Amino acid sequence: MAKYIFKRLLLMIPIMIGVIWLIFSMLYLTPGSPAAYMMGDGASEEAIAELETELGLDQPYLVRFGKFLKDFLLHGDLGISYTTKLPVLDMIKAAYPNTLVLASVSILFSAFVGISIGIISAVRQYSWVDNLSMSVLIVLISMPTFWLGLLLILLFSLRLKWLPSSGLGSMAQLILPTLTISASNIASIARMTRSSMLEVIRSDYIVTARAKGQSEWKIVMHHALRNALLPVIATIGLSFGMLLGGSIVTESIFSISGLGKLLIEAIKARNYPVVQGGVLCIAIVFCFINLIVDLIYAFVDPRVKSQYTK
Amino acid sequence: MTENKQGQPSYKKRSTLPEVWRRFKKNRRAVVGLVILVILILVAAFANFLPYDPYKQSPSEALQTSSWSHLMGTDEFGRDILTRVCYGARLSIFIAFLATAFACVTGTILGAIAGYYGKKVETIIMRVMDILLAIPNMLLAIVVAAVLGAGAFNMMLAVAISNVPHYVRLMRSAVLSIQGQEYIEASRSVGATDWYIIKSHIIPNCLAPLIVQVTTRVGAAILICSSLSFIGVGISPPTAEWGAMLSKGKDFLREFPHLTVWPGLAIMITAFALNMLGDGLRDALDPKLKT
Repeated sequence: MAKYIFKRLLLMIPIMIGVIWLIFSMLYLTPGSPAAYMMGDGASEEAIAELETELGLDQPYLVRFGKFLKDFLLHGDLGISYTTKLPVLDMIKAAYPNTLVLASVSILFSAFVGISIGIISAVRQYSWVDNLSMSVLIVLISMPTFWLGLLLILLFSLRLKWLPSSGLGSMAQLILPTLTISASNIASIARMTRSSMLEVIRSDYIVTARAKGQSEWKIVMHHALRNALLPVIATIGLSFGMLLGGSIVTESIFSISGLGKLLIEAIKARNYPVVQGGVLCIAIVFCFINLIVDLIYAFVDPRVKSQYTK
Repeated sequence: MTENKQGQPSYKKRSTLPEVWRRFKKNRRAVVGLVILVILILVAAFANFLPYDPYKQSPSEALQTSSWSHLMGTDEFGRDILTRVCYGARLSIFIAFLATAFACVTGTILGAIAGYYGKKVETIIMRVMDILLAIPNMLLAIVVAAVLGAGAFNMMLAVAISNVPHYVRLMRSAVLSIQGQEYIEASRSVGATDWYIIKSHIIPNCLAPLIVQVTTRVGAAILICSSLSFIGVGISPPTAEWGAMLSKGKDFLREFPHLTVWPGLAIMITAFALNMLGDGLRDALDPKLKT
């Protein structure tokens, strides 16, 4: 097992270097200099050239890429923001707790609600409960996240004035963004739980359990759910990985200073070091989550586990 | 069973298409999805026949709520929202289909090549896809869109690029599962070229999961496109596009929520129709459910 984890971690290094290279090259190829953008329209060409030299933008492609890679790999340094002049790493560290809180609360909420709906739908297949919840779930998946967020703000903060519409300091402020993010996650988790449960529930051992007089609750929760959970865990893991990358749109709507908002502002202001650093961090977290999901797979399923221990 | 001229038994050839259509028709949700989608496409195609111009400003009529002359009301420049939503359908549906088609064709070819040839080609293609997959889909689309600059074509390209890896993976695993089958070996033994085998055996056999993937992905592409325009890296506001309309409309959320509600509803209905259709197709194309 340890050998497998080590191998996977080792494999992440070239992928991360690939990510750095990809983002770096894309930003390099972006037309227009960030220096000109920062100086505004009225700036003279000398002033722009001076700023470019100061930011190191006049250097050739390979030199800049090499420097970025060296600083990151040797010192864990992601450079300095063009606008705030703060180290990018510090900016990310400051923004990350908000993203982390939002992602964790949302994923717990969506997992609980999604799995519950999925179980009920599977157990009562083709009943009105099942039909209704499946239709509602398709509606949830089809809603654009930002639109749902705006509607929730409209209803609960502007009209009813029950909940605040921005920031992230109190429990009340957490409710609307959590609901916004959770909608589509609940839908995908519930749908996965339902189809996975339906596959399991027809197995012979469920019939056996019923024949020996096991209670229906125990059959569903112990016999069926445990075996149906694997693909559900993968879905939850993937959603969580996405959320940890910062819910860009949701954070912008609710003015939450998390990673997503930091990143979208940096993209708009052509603040390249922040974009590079942010995307890199997100990619690292995303890959780690995928690794953890694979490990949980191995941990939960003895068949997969036996492949690794060999 | 009948006997043909040579005296050998011949079977009545049952084509898959009518069979799929038969099962599709029985699926109520799929039919609803298809009907809504056809209506939306018709609305998009005949948007010119609406009485208003989507761009002509008439300040005297600004910010009206629903009335008989303006069913969805007017926006801050007095433009009819219903007209703009219909023109938006044209743009959004077209871009989403184009982006998905582009991603699907590119991804399918790359995936088929990777799965079929294996070895070095596979390693290179799959490692590049790993890099793209290491960045969450939405973020990748945003970065590519920002790099390319605003505009309909660039947005299409951004959504397409961020979708390619999914098709590559799907196609590669489908090819790998077909690869060992005897009919591939048989085809090769009679001298079929690689390209011929990929084109006439491998791709048709992978079609079912691909069609389902495409249908649901068009729905996702519509959502991603509108998000890109909404945060300002896609299509910019004067254009009648749903995301762009929403990004302007949200400034008036407090007093005039109809500017936000209608375009969003249009996005939701379109994505809803595509998701229903995708679900129905999955059931209709799944041979396990054949009865």
